[in-house]
Amino acid sequence: MDHIVIIGNGISGVTLARHIRKNSDKEITIVSAESDYFFSRTALMYVYMGHMKFEHTQPYEPWFWKKNRINLKKGYVNDIDTDQKQLNFSSGESLSYDKLVLATGSKPNKFGWSGQDLIGVMGMYHKQDLENLESHAPDNKVCKRAVIVGGGLIGIELAEMLHSRNIPVTFLVRETSFWNGVLPTGESEMINRHILENHIDLRLNTNLKEIKSDENGHVKSIIIEETGEEIECNVVGLTAGVSPNIDFLKNSDIKTNRGILVNRFLETNTKDIFAIGDCAEQREAIGNRRPIEALWYTGRMMGETLAQTICGNRIEYKPGHWFNSAKFFDIEYQTYGWVFGEKGRPDYEKHFHWKHTDDTKCITIAYHKNSNLFLGINTFGIRMRHEIFDKWLTEERDMNYVLEYLADANFDPEFYALHEKEIIAQFNQENGTSIQSRKKRWKRIFTKA
Amino acid sequence: MIKTIQKLGLILFLIGLSIFTATIFTGSFSLTQSELDSFISAKGFKSEIIQKELQNAVVSSENQNIFQFSSGVVNAVETSNANYENLIERYDAEKNWDKKGAQYQYIIFDKPHSLSYQLAKKAGKGFVPENRLLAWLLTFGLGILGALFYIIPDVILLGPPGIKNNGIFLNAATNRGWIGWFAFVFLVSFYILLYFYPDLIVNWVYLVDGISESISGNSASQWFLYGFLYCTVMTVMAVRMYIKYRHNKYQILRTTSVLFFQIVFAFLIPEILVRFDKPWYDFKNAFPLDYDFFFKWNLDELLANGTFGLFILVWGIILSIVIVPVMVYFFGKRWYCSWVCGCGGLAETLGDPYRQLSSKTLLSWRVERIVIHAVLIFVLVMTGFALYTFFYGADQVLGIKTQTIQDIYGFLIGAIFAGVIGTGFYPIFGNRVWCRFGCPLAAYLGFVQRFKSRFRITTNGGQCISCGNCSTYCEQGIDVRAYAQKGENIVRSSCVGCGICSAVCPRGVLKLENGPENGRINPTEILLGNDVDLMTFVNHKKQE
Repeated sequence: MDHIVIIGNGISGVTLARHIRKNSDKEITIVSAESDYFFSRTALMYVYMGHMKFEHTQPYEPWFWKKNRINLKKGYVNDIDTDQKQLNFSSGESLSYDKLVLATGSKPNKFGWSGQDLIGVMGMYHKQDLENLESHAPDNKVCKRAVIVGGGLIGIELAEMLHSRNIPVTFLVRETSFWNGVLPTGESEMINRHILENHIDLRLNTNLKEIKSDENGHVKSIIIEETGEEIECNVVGLTAGVSPNIDFLKNSDIKTNRGILVNRFLETNTKDIFAIGDCAEQREAIGNRRPIEALWYTGRMMGETLAQTICGNRIEYKPGHWFNSAKFFDIEYQTYGWVFGEKGRPDYEKHFHWKHTDDTKCITIAYHKNSNLFLGINTFGIRMRHEIFDKWLTEERDMNYVLEYLADANFDPEFYALHEKEIIAQFNQENGTSIQSRKKRWKRIFTKA
Repeated sequence: MIKTIQKLGLILFLIGLSIFTATIFTGSFSLTQSELDSFISAKGFKSEIIQKELQNAVVSSENQNIFQFSSGVVNAVETSNANYENLIERYDAEKNWDKKGAQYQYIIFDKPHSLSYQLAKKAGKGFVPENRLLAWLLTFGLGILGALFYIIPDVILLGPPGIKNNGIFLNAATNRGWIGWFAFVFLVSFYILLYFYPDLIVNWVYLVDGISESISGNSASQWFLYGFLYCTVMTVMAVRMYIKYRHNKYQILRTTSVLFFQIVFAFLIPEILVRFDKPWYDFKNAFPLDYDFFFKWNLDELLANGTFGLFILVWGIILSIVIVPVMVYFFGKRWYCSWVCGCGGLAETLGDPYRQLSSKTLLSWRVERIVIHAVLIFVLVMTGFALYTFFYGADQVLGIKTQTIQDIYGFLIGAIFAGVIGTGFYPIFGNRVWCRFGCPLAAYLGFVQRFKSRFRITTNGGQCISCGNCSTYCEQGIDVRAYAQKGENIVRSSCVGCGICSAVCPRGVLKLENGPENGRINPTEILLGNDVDLMTFVNHKKQE
């Protein structure tokens, strides 16, 4: 019987294991150095904030693994002997496999800043980072100020975390506006204002020069590149993105670039070795997607797909229409299809932007300037139905259709104020059209594409 | 500055609570001979012993506190009953049936502490009964004021509107810390006193006499005190809900609804009915939660009340067998459990800070299903007995006394489970202990919700990130995430539709809605977002 060994007990590896178990009797072993059981990495922030306990981040109870005959092995893999088909652990143990799946995820980027390895400097990715933060920033007496470097999703989450314990935060963002490499201007600026409303010291156009140490090797302060200003702090969060966690493959013959190179079947250059999740890099990008996608749901989808291949139904990894979501303090964000920020936006892509007067809700719809084809939507503070937008993208609906039936797509809780009429009125006014909003109909919502 | 107000509020609240608790120990209790005589004749006690014993116990010039007074009355009842029980035994042995039979009229069937309560209510002197308004202000008044001072600053302190669960698991009050355990002891003690030792809390009843008189025309009972306290606590904690969920209209409306039904339907209307000599009746309280609706004494009372009594009888039956299930078909059981019900109302206001403490394990789900359905069977069997007794006049069926079954249910389920455990255990097992493990109406509505309803919690395609906020904050202990992360709608009999899972979800994954039955239950293997052919392949394979 095949022994499938999966390195990494994150969403990719665990989804794969679950689906292999559904489809076969193969022996499955999941190896992890990080934690005993699978937990939701995205929920670590809520543990620090006191919304949950660490146990709550574990989607399966401990008995689940035994019941499903999934072996859990805690250990750190030093290297892989691909000839002998064997893993060597730092403890000196070894484990042989028939098929090996690399699902080792990411690690926080460090760009060679001076002082980046001082005590009190940390990323926010691993369970150990959470423990680290808990010891260096338990409250605003121990940590009088924290500086966060890097204005992405993890950066703003870390700011929210520290803010929840009333720790003053200085947030260094390289870009001219928060996350504007991804978000269009109107949205990005609304989030800037929301960050400031939460009393975060947001510094745009600002880079880190160096982190200074006190006599004990602890963080003492940071220096800003542009102004030379010194900011005293006890914790520095490095959140300038993540990259594949593949250092242990250096001496193997598995081919890597930034990540582990895989084809559409998620196979590496070495037979019987696969890579999924954050650590995998597509040899050729799929559609508009990046070759490495460090996302929860792409990890899950790769696990779902590879399980088919491993169980004898060889199948290509084919992610569907792009979607994603996040939350910036109190403002939820969802996106379906492609809406580009200022950077890299194709010239055919035209935007319609509507913002609520309360400055916490807005939408941007991208469409083709000639054909009127609907390309994608960003929504802030308004929830939308994934199924509906996925269907409209497949059906290649145009802008008029999307606006007309926008009420079908709303996913806000019952009794929330609806904004379709205002949105359409503004579009009509700007474009001289006369689109009418249609009432929500269950029949349309449940019709499949 | 704002934090100072909050601290002041906490201090005022604690002072109010301390005075409230301390009033139990205050006052002196005694009756004059004529007061006792008229009480005894109103009760129709024929035993000379009880007259003498009570006289010794309650007619005195000494300053007795309520504990001495209570034990005196309890002793009097026990001494008197013991005497006649001995006589009964003796005559039984002597086979002197006439004399044996003659003794039963002297036995006192009142519960000793109830009798003690009735006497104490007439016997109290001292600060509380003599300064009712001032005493009310120092207890209820300070408590309400302090709580509001503590709660209202959150408008500013919580920051911009949104989910603010910061620190819940770091706080001794909401994470089973010492404050939680203290609240547990306090609540459990309160319910034990209320149900089993009402005489000991008679000073609390004095506090609300004036209010009772202005509504029903009668002086207050311990149940009026409970109703008033219930409404007060719900109102104050509803203010907290309005602030905490001020961005969420579903929560605002739902809170307003439970508050309205509690104050108007469960509290004011029944009291006003009493004023007009009608039976006390809560029009929203449906059988089998209203477990004594079909008891003989209730049916007799309703039938003795002419058209109005008949109307209540018909309404009660229609409510349970038509209105309740039809509404559950259209809206899910939430319309009752978290929009109307009084138990739900308390759970959603006073209990909201404890919702994260309900267990989410598979084991607790198994226990829940066994226990709640056992209670449902219990109440149905008991009702069968009660109806048999009502229609055929037989006081026992198959050798079991209807009264005995009713007493056991009233004690075990009505008092211990619904009260002492149901509410007392909020700070330990979460705020829906009764609704989840005990309520027979919830079990009944659950069947309808699970098998014939338009209600579901829709999962939004592939957006779930398995963070677990939904499961953590589910008061009914449903592992919401287990469904959401599979892209599957949540259709569970126990869901009371409080809407908090949807509120706390950071990715907009969950929506409570009423839609077509078709496709409501949608087990999936592969979530939306992955290749369409693969989804069809795997999901189709599962259906085969």
